Amino acid sequence: MKAQSELRQQPLRPKAPVKIKHYFTVAIVLLLLWGSAVQTEATFGELIQGLPNMLDLLKEMFPPKWSYLDNIWAAMLETIRMALLGTTLGAILAIPVALLSAANIAKRKWIYYPVRFLLNLVRTVPDLLLAALFVAIFGLGALPGIFALAIFSLGLIAKLSYEALETIDPGPLEAMTAAGAHPIQIINYGVVPQIRPHFISFVLYTFEINVRAAAVLGLVGAGGIGHYYEVTLGFLEYDKTCIIIIVTLAVVLLIDYISSKLREKLI
Amino acid sequence: MTKSWNEMVPKPKKNRYRLLIYFALIIVYVWAFAGIPYSGIKETAGQVSRSILAGLFSPDWGYVYLPDGEDLLRGLLDTLAISILGTFISTIICIPFAFWSAANMSRGKLISGSGKMLLSLIRTFPEIVMAILFIKAVGPGSFAGVLALGLHSVGMLGKLYADEIENIDNGPLEALMAVGASRLQILWFAVIPQVLPGFLSYMLYRFEINLRSATILGIIGAGGIGTPLIFALSTRNWDRVGIILLGIIVMITVIDLISGTIRKRLV
Repeated sequence: MKAQSELRQQPLRPKAPVKIKHYFTVAIVLLLLWGSAVQTEATFGELIQGLPNMLDLLKEMFPPKWSYLDNIWAAMLETIRMALLGTTLGAILAIPVALLSAANIAKRKWIYYPVRFLLNLVRTVPDLLLAALFVAIFGLGALPGIFALAIFSLGLIAKLSYEALETIDPGPLEAMTAAGAHPIQIINYGVVPQIRPHFISFVLYTFEINVRAAAVLGLVGAGGIGHYYEVTLGFLEYDKTCIIIIVTLAVVLLIDYISSKLREKLI
Repeated sequence: MTKSWNEMVPKPKKNRYRLLIYFALIIVYVWAFAGIPYSGIKETAGQVSRSILAGLFSPDWGYVYLPDGEDLLRGLLDTLAISILGTFISTIICIPFAFWSAANMSRGKLISGSGKMLLSLIRTFPEIVMAILFIKAVGPGSFAGVLALGLHSVGMLGKLYADEIENIDNGPLEALMAVGASRLQILWFAVIPQVLPGFLSYMLYRFEINLRSATILGIIGAGGIGTPLIFALSTRNWDRVGIILLGIIVMITVIDLISGTIRKRLV
């Protein structure tokens, strides 16, 4: 009987895990949030006060001025062209970079570590910032936009591709090495067939992102439809801005749809 | 074995639509190249890019900290604060959206489909344009940037969260349902513990993206380091451009490292 009562006194449930760490994490997060709120002077009273302004703005946007469509059509097409050329240029540049940063192809640490480091540096610079820099260099127009998108795409495609490259099946590569193939032959017949669908999929994905990015590059003078945001907002013609937004949304959704269908077919 | 050893393996059949695809691609590229007005590169391009490079290597160290007002550290801190608050706001807003659009949480495909549709609509709306709208509501400054990031990120985070909810293990849910738990209890004890690590990891991932976006929001006056950068670019103060670029690159690299380490431990 004694043994049974002893058994009963023992805790039946396992001890709850220590929660101090969680409290600590929550405290840090709250501190960060509070600090950020102070730094950005965020007051939600201000937001509530400002909401009527925003509603006024939205009211002025409707009905959209459809006749403005004729003015922006060319710029919208230019936006797509910029995205297309930027992505293509970036994809071509990304091929050697991806090969050099994949550990199973470059094989030497002194090659792939520096290349990856440079790649990470390139990826830290946002596209709009690149565009602002290129506008300073090349002047206004679509050209700096294309270059900015190319550099941005290079970073993204090269990163995605080298990660995919590192997961390819080493069998064919080893077989070809054993048969005495030249490195170029190994890449051409062993690597390319394995990576091609992934690579095309990454390029399409980047193209989707670039269409969105190209739509705002005009804000810094890098061509495309973004320029018209400034024009219409500057003259307070919000019904025209609304058209720009609608057209951009429609084009982006359409391209997303086509591209995602193509990507589904690839993989 | 009927085949002799030296018989060639037949080549794999080529895609029937291959020629058609090539043809379409050629047409698209001809269209794209024809539409870009090539007006030549400015003569000053080489000189300006040399100045920017020189600026990167001889940055204006004095700008890092100025005792009174706008300097690099305060700008970066502002950028960081914008992205922290923006990410937090979007995480809060997107959770109901995620449950709405997760197919296994809401009744019927129509409901979850409409949620997904709404999220992709939010996703396509460029954050810069959102920031322009919020500037009209709350005035120029960091708070407009916070709101723009907060709303824009909902699109992507909501989709990722919905995917995470759709991928949970149904076992605990059914077990709780069998013992008669209420819907809220099921949510709290079966769903939340399964999705929490994924949620936090995606939140950090989005935080990394938001930090990059926050660096460019200043270009249109929504706070952060972008404002002094665009100012330095337009006044051709290349040394200052250099130090700001360096500051951005260092900050993003450091934050990426920290966030990446935490994410690895989470999942």
